[in-house]
Parts: sequence; structure tokens; C-alpha cells
Amino acid sequence: MLRIPHLVAAIAAASLFTAPVQAQELTGTLKKIKDTGVIKVGHRDSSVPFSYLDDKQQPIGYGVDICMKIVDKVKAELKMPNLKVEFVPVTSQTRIPILMGGNIDLECGSTTNSVERQKQVDFAPTYFVTGTKIIVKKNSDIKGYDDLKGKTVVFTQGTTNERAMKAYNDEKKLGINFIPSKDHAESFLAVQTDRAVAFPMDDILLYGLKAGAKNPDDFVVIGEFLSDDPYAIMLRRDDPAFKKLVDDTVTGIYKSGEINKIYTKWFESKIPPKGINLYFPMSDGLKAAIKNPNNTGVGACGKMKC
Amino acid sequence: MDFGFLSQPAFSGGGTYFDWVITGIKWTMLVSLCAWVIAFTVGSVLGVMRTTKVVWLKGLATVYVELFRNIPLLVHMFIWYFVMPELVPKSLGLWMKQGMPMPEFWSAVFALGFYTASRVAEQVRSGIESIPRGQTHAALATGLTMPQVYRYLLLPMGYRIVVPPLTSEFLTIFKNSSVALTIGVLELTAQARTISEYTFRTFEIFTLATVVYVVITLAVVVIMQFVETKIRVPGYIGTGR
Amino acid sequence: MFSDFDFDVIQRALPYMGQGMMFSLGLTALAMIGGIVLGTVLALMRLSSIKAISLPASGYVNLLRSTPLILVIFWFYFLVPIAIKHFSGDSYAQGIGPFHSALIAFTLFEAAYYCEIIRAGIQSVPAGQINAAYALGLNYWQATIQVVLPQAFRNMVPILLTQGIILFQDTSLVYVVGLTDFMGAASKVAQRDGRLVEMYLFAALVYFVLCFIASLIVKRLQMRITPPR
Repeated sequence: MLRIPHLVAAIAAASLFTAPVQAQELTGTLKKIKDTGVIKVGHRDSSVPFSYLDDKQQPIGYGVDICMKIVDKVKAELKMPNLKVEFVPVTSQTRIPILMGGNIDLECGSTTNSVERQKQVDFAPTYFVTGTKIIVKKNSDIKGYDDLKGKTVVFTQGTTNERAMKAYNDEKKLGINFIPSKDHAESFLAVQTDRAVAFPMDDILLYGLKAGAKNPDDFVVIGEFLSDDPYAIMLRRDDPAFKKLVDDTVTGIYKSGEINKIYTKWFESKIPPKGINLYFPMSDGLKAAIKNPNNTGVGACGKMKC
Repeated sequence: MDFGFLSQPAFSGGGTYFDWVITGIKWTMLVSLCAWVIAFTVGSVLGVMRTTKVVWLKGLATVYVELFRNIPLLVHMFIWYFVMPELVPKSLGLWMKQGMPMPEFWSAVFALGFYTASRVAEQVRSGIESIPRGQTHAALATGLTMPQVYRYLLLPMGYRIVVPPLTSEFLTIFKNSSVALTIGVLELTAQARTISEYTFRTFEIFTLATVVYVVITLAVVVIMQFVETKIRVPGYIGTGR
Repeated sequence: MFSDFDFDVIQRALPYMGQGMMFSLGLTALAMIGGIVLGTVLALMRLSSIKAISLPASGYVNLLRSTPLILVIFWFYFLVPIAIKHFSGDSYAQGIGPFHSALIAFTLFEAAYYCEIIRAGIQSVPAGQINAAYALGLNYWQATIQVVLPQAFRNMVPILLTQGIILFQDTSLVYVVGLTDFMGAASKVAQRDGRLVEMYLFAALVYFVLCFIASLIVKRLQMRITPPR
């Protein structure tokens, strides 16, 4: 009687080394991908250089590249070289419901890993470290957050930056007039067209937007970090098999040093559609995150209490 | 379903989530009512213009109606909010964006009002046209001038006939006011969406918002049914419908 | 003001906006078919003398007709996938996709409006027709399908098509969930290139031309079906 469990254990152990996924019953997202023959990848429209549309309206970017590595891994694991990849546009507001609803399997954008979001979704290891600052017109009289008193500030709905800025406003009683917008390009446009004086957003995205503007020198990114925002790829919760595949892929890219190549391609080279170079060397925060891959989340209100 | 979260202090601004709902209802009502004032007055003028015999007045009103009703409301919103300030002289444009109070609110009111005016115009026109021509001839025969015919016959009769369709136009404006969220007006639907994002209580808050819309609609319908019975033109079949 | 008008940006965006237009037209066509089918069923239910059949239909129609379309779109976009999971018991159930979410929302929403049009159409068929059908020995279904509906639909075609034009305009509201219909494509390009004026005016022009031509066609059709007295 003792033999059978031994045999099972032996097969299980052997299968771990030979064909890890095939031998086991597929579960969760991997099963869904196998059954449908499609992996659905969520992308953003204007999160330069993480996830945005090039001039042919194809999603590209640092996050998209890393996601495609995960897609390659899925293809290999499931032995489906012809797996179809379907790109689905998401916004800051729609990304979590769409992911939870199963309309995307991975979200490759500029999503902050926050403790609050972890109650809803799971995150891959951090792949970028940034934080909230504001972009303003250079010739405006806004030199710091406190100059925003009574002014109009635009924010992208559903972002951690919205919360950080509102928490700051509440704490300092600035009486800022907030206007909501749907995505970063729309928000930045509000500053460009003088509809708002400032736009709080993760600094790297602000540099991306600034570089893409008609006259980049007209704008400046200012302020201390109002929040820390570690970015990560989002996936559904409670899906250990898929989570492991995603984690392994990202960690693998970190270990092999391939991440440096991808990083340089998007942050220190000319990028589409306009051939701008962000000249944004890797920060110490990101170096640490690559050395010790982790998916630690941050609080909801930036550096303020709430 | 648990609506307890409504009494929790909201993330920002000091109040509770329930206060956000109330603010949303307030903006929905304000946008709807202000837009209705424009839609009703402009629509009435246009509707009357379309019934006159003056060719250029008629033509002008027809062009307006066709132009406004063949473009989606969302596009109207964007044009009033995003495009208009760029087309006027620079200083005025800057004032429209920064100087004037609540630019998104007024853009929404104008967009919704002038858009709905084209629909009101059609209702007013068909109301006036539904009055048998014999009545106009009779009025003219008694020596009334054309303006007097409008003043004493066509307008009073026409408006009494078009109360039901105008009620439904008002309800349309009330529902369409939710499109204002696309340019940043925090009306009821926008508030529901924001609250769902902060509390993850999507089902509850959407249910609440839907109930509020239904209740307000029912209230308007009941009030207008009462008004209709008071002003019904005797001798017309089914004017109450 | 028009001096720095950039027509180039429109030309570059044309293929993308073309894709968006296909999305809008596809959504309109399918939602119209679905809405008319479901609307017919609802209309027949509402006209039933059995309360248990007519009341749910009236309730549905009145509920949907007093709810803003944007709220309905949100309902379906955010909650249908969760509902599917809940009822199928499979927490990794295949999502229904943005296009299908929108399609279901528009079909269910428009059905309420089509129901009222179709109900009025059915009521406009002289009662004598139904009595004659029964006298010939047809049952309820035969009378409805072979006698009442064909006559009703013949009269209703222009109004159904007009509602279709309204539906086409309404599809622009999928913008609120970030989908790339015609308006979504226009606004994405507008925002990316900072060319709001050109793109939005161009979008307005395209909508106007399409809807105006469609409404002229409907008007001619109406003349043929019901010649002016």
C-alpha cells in the first residue's frame, strides 16, 4: 500500500524536472490560455515609454517588451508556438476591473503596486521605481506644491498620483480646484492648453510626455516626491501557476542581465514615434529592485497619512 | 448588498461617500435644468421659425436642426470644451479656460442645451403643424395678423399639444447630462464611478445611482401627468399619452 | 485661428480612424439587429393580457429608459464579467471582451427603445386584421408572425432606421471605457499629437455627413411607404 504514493511522488518529482506544466493539470489563467488559444495583454495609450501607441497605433514600450517575454514563456510552456496575442487598450480607471473580469490576462503599463490594489490583484516583481511630481509651464509662477493654492490642477482618474496630490491638498489646505481626465495625454494637454496649471504624475511619465511635446523646453517637472511608486505588471490574484511563470520570467530577465538591454532600449536610446531620447539612467531604487526582485506594495496616499 | 460604506468618511474632501452622491445629484440637476432653459427657449424660437413662410428664417432653422442633431452629443461636448477656446481670440480663450468659473460646467450646459434645442424645435414645429390649417385661415379671416395668429392661436395650442413630447425631451436631457462626465463634470454617474473606484463597492453604488435616476424620472413623469390633465385640450383624442 | 490648421495629422490618422469606424459600424449593426429582435419579444410581452408576462417587460423597459446610457455601459463593462464568474463558478472564466461587453450593453439598452417603437407599430395594425386571421383558423403565433408583424414592420421601417442613426451616434459613448471606436480613435490621436481642434472638428464632420445622408435616405423611404397626404 505504501508503494503507490511513492510512485505518485516519484512521477510528480520527475515531472518537475522534465515537463513541468504538461504533466500537471493546468489551472487558472494558463488553462484559460490553453483552452482559448489566446493571451490577452492590456496596454496603455500614452504611458511613454512603458506602454503606448506608436505612429502605426501598435502598443510598444518597456512594459510591453517585458510582457512579450512572458508571452514567449507561455508559448514554450504550453507548447503553443502559434498562440495568438490580443492587445486590449485599458485606462487607469478600467485596468483593474477589466483584469478581474478576465478580459485581459496581463496588464503591461505603468501601474503602481500599492497595498490597496493587492487586495484586488497580484503583481509581478517591481520593474520600475518612480514617484509623484508635477509638470508645469516653465514661465508659470508655480515653483513648488504650495504655489498651487487656489489653482486648477488636472489629474488622471484612478491613479495613485491623484490620491497623493489630494492627500497633500487636504493636509496643507491648499483649496486646489481639481479637474479629472481620462488618460495622461489628455491631462498633459490640459496643462499645454492652460486649462490647468499643473499635472501630478509619476516623474518618468512626465519626462516622457514633456519629451513628446511640441516645445519640450516650455515645460518643467518640479517638486519633491509626493509618493513612491514601484511599477509592476498586474495579473489576477490566487493563480499560483501563472504567477510563478510570470515571476520566473521577470526574475530570469533580471538575473541574466537582459533587463539592461531592454532598459537601455527605452530609456537611453531614441524611441518611436518621434525618435526622442529620454536620457534617463537607471536609478538606484531600480537597481536594488533588480538585484532583489520583490513585489512589495506602497500605501495609498503617498507620503501623507490617510 | 451592504450600503454601510456610504457613511464612511470619503478619501478626500472631508465629507462621507454619501455626500459625494448628494453632490453628484446636485450637479446632475444643475446641468439638466440650465441646459433645459437653453433647449426650451432656443428650440421654441427655431421651431416657430420652421413653421413660418419666411424662406430664410425657415432655411436657417432647418440648417441648425440638421447640423445639431446629426452630430453625437459627445462630439458637441468636446467641441464646446476643447475646441471653442482655441478658435476665439487668444485672451478670450484663456479666460474661457482659466478665468471663467467652472468652465466644464458651462461647456456641458451649452453643449447639452444647444444640442437638445434641435430636438425641441422639431417637437414644437410638429405641435404647431398639427393644428388644422382651417383654424389659421379662420383666424386670418377674422382680421388677425400673422403674428397675432401665432400669439393667440398657434403658440398656446401648440404648446398644450406638445407637453408630453417635451416632457420626454426633458427626461432625455436629464439622462444625457451624464455625458458631461467626459469633460470632467462630477455629476451622479461620475461620482458613482469614482466611489466604486475608491471603495470597490461597484455593485452597490451603481445600484444606488440607477435607483436615483429612476426615482427622479418617475417623479417628473407623475408631476407632468398631473400638469397634462390640467392643460389638456378638450376634444383631442389621447392628448394625455 | 485656422492658420496653423494641420490637415496632415488627419491624413496620417485616417487608417486608424477607419478601423475605429468599422468598430462603430459593426457595433451599430449588431446592436440594431439584437435590439430589434429583443425589442419585438418585449413588445409582444408588453401587449400580452397576462400580467405575469406583461409586467416584467414593462418593468424592464421603464427601468432601461430611465437610466443613462453611460451608466448602462459602466454596468455591463465592469459587472458582467464578474457576474459571469459568479454564476459559472469558474473564477478564471473567459472574459467576454470589450467589444462584446459593449455589444450586450447597447443591445439590452436599445431593446427598450425598439420595444416602444414596435409596440406602437403593432398597435397601429387594424384589429380587423387579427380577427380575420383568427377567423381563418390561425393560432396566436401564426397570426402574430404571418399577419401582424409583417404589416407592423412595414410601417415601422423608417422609425427603426432613425433609431439606428441615433444608436450609431450613441456608440461614440464607448469612449468612456477607453475603447477605440471612431471617436475613441479620433481622441487618442488628438491627445497624442496635441491636435484637438483638427481631430474633433473632423470627427464632427464625418458624423454629420454620415448621419445626414442616412437620414435623407430614411426620409425618401418614408415617402415611398407613406406618401404624404
